[in-house]
Amino acid sequence: MSEDQNPSGDGKGQTRAQHKRNAESGNPYQSSDGGVTTTGHLWDDDLADFTNPPPKWWMLGLAVSAIWVVVYWLYYPSVPIPTSNTFFKGIGGWTAIREMDADKSEVDAVRGKYETRLKTLAPAAILADSDLTEYVKRSGKVLFGDNCAPCHGTNGVGTKDKEGLFAPVLNDDDWLYGGTIGDIYTSISGGRQGMMTAHQDSLSAQQIDDVAKYVKAMSDEGKDKADTDAAVAAGKKVFAESDCTSCHGADARGMQAMGSANLTDKIWRFDGSLEGIKHTIAYGVDSGDPKTRVAIMPSFKEAGKLSDTDIKKLAVYVYKFGGGQAEAPVAVEPAASAVPAQ
Amino acid sequence: MQKQTEQEDAGSVSAIYQEFETWSVNLGDKTIHAKRMPGFFRSIKYKTGSLWLLFFLGPYARWNGKQAVLFDIDNRQFHFFNLTVLPQDIWMLSLLLLVMAMTLFAVTSVASRVFCGYFCFQTVWTDVFTWIEEKIEGNPTQRRKLDNAPWNVKKFRLKIIKHSIWLVIAALTGISFSIWFVDAFDYWRSLLTFRLPMVGWVTLTMFIAGTYLLAGLLREQTCFWLCPYARIQAVMTDSQTIMPTYDARRGEPRGKLQRNAEAGTQGDCIDCFQCVQVCPTGVDIREGQQLGCITCGLCLDACDSIMDKVGRPRGLIRYASLDEIEGKPVKKLYQHTRTWIYIGIILVALGGIVYGLTHLGAMTLRVIPERQPLFVRMSDGAIQNKYEFKVVNKTDRDLHVNVSAEGGVTGQIILGAEQPLLTHHGRGTSFTIFVRAPGENIKQEVTPIEFRIQSTEDPSVGAEYDSKFNAPKP
Repeated sequence: MSEDQNPSGDGKGQTRAQHKRNAESGNPYQSSDGGVTTTGHLWDDDLADFTNPPPKWWMLGLAVSAIWVVVYWLYYPSVPIPTSNTFFKGIGGWTAIREMDADKSEVDAVRGKYETRLKTLAPAAILADSDLTEYVKRSGKVLFGDNCAPCHGTNGVGTKDKEGLFAPVLNDDDWLYGGTIGDIYTSISGGRQGMMTAHQDSLSAQQIDDVAKYVKAMSDEGKDKADTDAAVAAGKKVFAESDCTSCHGADARGMQAMGSANLTDKIWRFDGSLEGIKHTIAYGVDSGDPKTRVAIMPSFKEAGKLSDTDIKKLAVYVYKFGGGQAEAPVAVEPAASAVPAQ
Repeated sequence: MQKQTEQEDAGSVSAIYQEFETWSVNLGDKTIHAKRMPGFFRSIKYKTGSLWLLFFLGPYARWNGKQAVLFDIDNRQFHFFNLTVLPQDIWMLSLLLLVMAMTLFAVTSVASRVFCGYFCFQTVWTDVFTWIEEKIEGNPTQRRKLDNAPWNVKKFRLKIIKHSIWLVIAALTGISFSIWFVDAFDYWRSLLTFRLPMVGWVTLTMFIAGTYLLAGLLREQTCFWLCPYARIQAVMTDSQTIMPTYDARRGEPRGKLQRNAEAGTQGDCIDCFQCVQVCPTGVDIREGQQLGCITCGLCLDACDSIMDKVGRPRGLIRYASLDEIEGKPVKKLYQHTRTWIYIGIILVALGGIVYGLTHLGAMTLRVIPERQPLFVRMSDGAIQNKYEFKVVNKTDRDLHVNVSAEGGVTGQIILGAEQPLLTHHGRGTSFTIFVRAPGENIKQEVTPIEFRIQSTEDPSVGAEYDSKFNAPKP
């Protein structure tokens, strides 16, 4: 490279003497033999391009990039082989699945210490441990969304169809089969099935109407007031004399063992309107009648739908919706068995 | 005829080359070997530069058994003696940056680039590196001679020693930077046992390379071509700003000192080039204020010593404003509006920081009401709302808190906080709280409610948050 070349081209400056000499000769870019090396193209009569080589660092960068392209192609799976309908797998052995597995094992390592404890603890003991409960509340969302939310709705708000509530609300404090952590575990694990016979044959339309009014009054006004209300006295008589009390109890507060509903509270399993109540009485629940109400929850333990740890997680997750009821003595120490103490 | 020539000059390519000739652009083709001369500004530079020792030694200071100043990025905490700042209060950092920027601007408006000349790490590190170079390779003349000499054992030995010491300083720089962010002694332990995390090695390597390259090899080229501050300084100085200036009225016409020169034919400048010799960026201050000048004042020392020798008054090159050099009346510092505006902004930002530091609060509370469902009807007809409490405990110990509420619905009860709840120190803790209110007392769909938490250990620690209680239409 001549010392007379463009000082900005290769990062090399010129001495003051060179400057002066070049300035006097008129053109600092002129090569020593007097000519200026250009590309040979002329635009607008006198515009030409110099043919100075690009800077060395730039050429070096270009060469390195070219080498990098080759290395990249060889390292990663990139080149298709059309004849055998496959591709060159790359010498690095990289696959997207393998990368995902590596990432997943990182996550699993974080979760591991919670998961191993969840495996051995009973649901009540999990509930007693605030760290584990917090973990379950955060990680249970996906499980609940996949398995429970289709019927019970996101966050257990319940879902409705045109006949009323399709699946019960899990946020409230009304539980047909009990609201302790153990009860909830049992419900998820074993499933539940409602049962109420259809009364359209055993009771007359008038009787159904009367008893429905009485049941509605018990919820709206409270049982004590409904019992003394002359307007629903006919219904009270039907309630006491037909088979109602055998399941719902003489006090109409239901029996947890068979999952019969408490008729005196404000919460309705299906539909709390008079028409709705009459429909339930007339056609029953899971009674075999074509117009029956349906209340079936599958067993999540059966056929290995969910692991025992998952069911425990869900029990705690549902309990924490806000309706969970305290169990008399809570077992804090780790239980050897996975089955909750009932 | 004269006019025609001018036009030709202006329009022709050769005129551009004439312009080109007058530029003196330091492209780093020649290494600047600046002469070291003692003097007033030289001693100031040593003192201000030694402030950087704090950067090296600061992290070893302990306070209550912990590192006194630690920007703990891993745990997202900033420790400053007794004070711990969590990411929630990081907005103060923006004010701090504002204060620092405005201080730079204010100082620049008064005395131009004193930061560059006396305090900038580039200047200070370069100064240290060239000081080492001088100790090993000798004065500038010897250094130039050595650079041009053919390679032999002596040259090789000197260069190896110099570059090794440079690399050691570069490594210490990287280590000292890192230990502001992790515990100093832990860092040394992991470093000496080769157990630094990857990010630690990368940081250290980058600092070694950066320090060696910038302070050892690039030097003043950094100020010329890399530093943005050199480029924006012009907008921060004005005719009242003092900067090292050559008094051309006094100095010109310059010329070599002549024994029997006629009085009045020559200026005070004897063209000795000492001001250029000592300049760390290799500029000729006599050409006027320029990009390369970092206003370090070393040329003032050099010129003053020459003026003493030739028996002329000092101050041919001195800190002077443009007004002063042009003979205009010099305004007082308090008449400098621009500086006052900068100071005003500094005070406002400082006020913000002081407010922030005194109102950090030991605890913060956020309450997020559940939105799905907004409310739940209970079997006795009560309405229940669910709230997610997020508590940040900024104290240095775990505390238990009680939850209470103001407003809301008559007869409401708070569930989920029957026992005092544990909040971990130095990070967020969340828990779920339920509020249940009797249905008959609810008068509106949305009732305002204010939650309060209060520590059981220290009742002065607490926080409150406004929220809503949702209910169906009554």
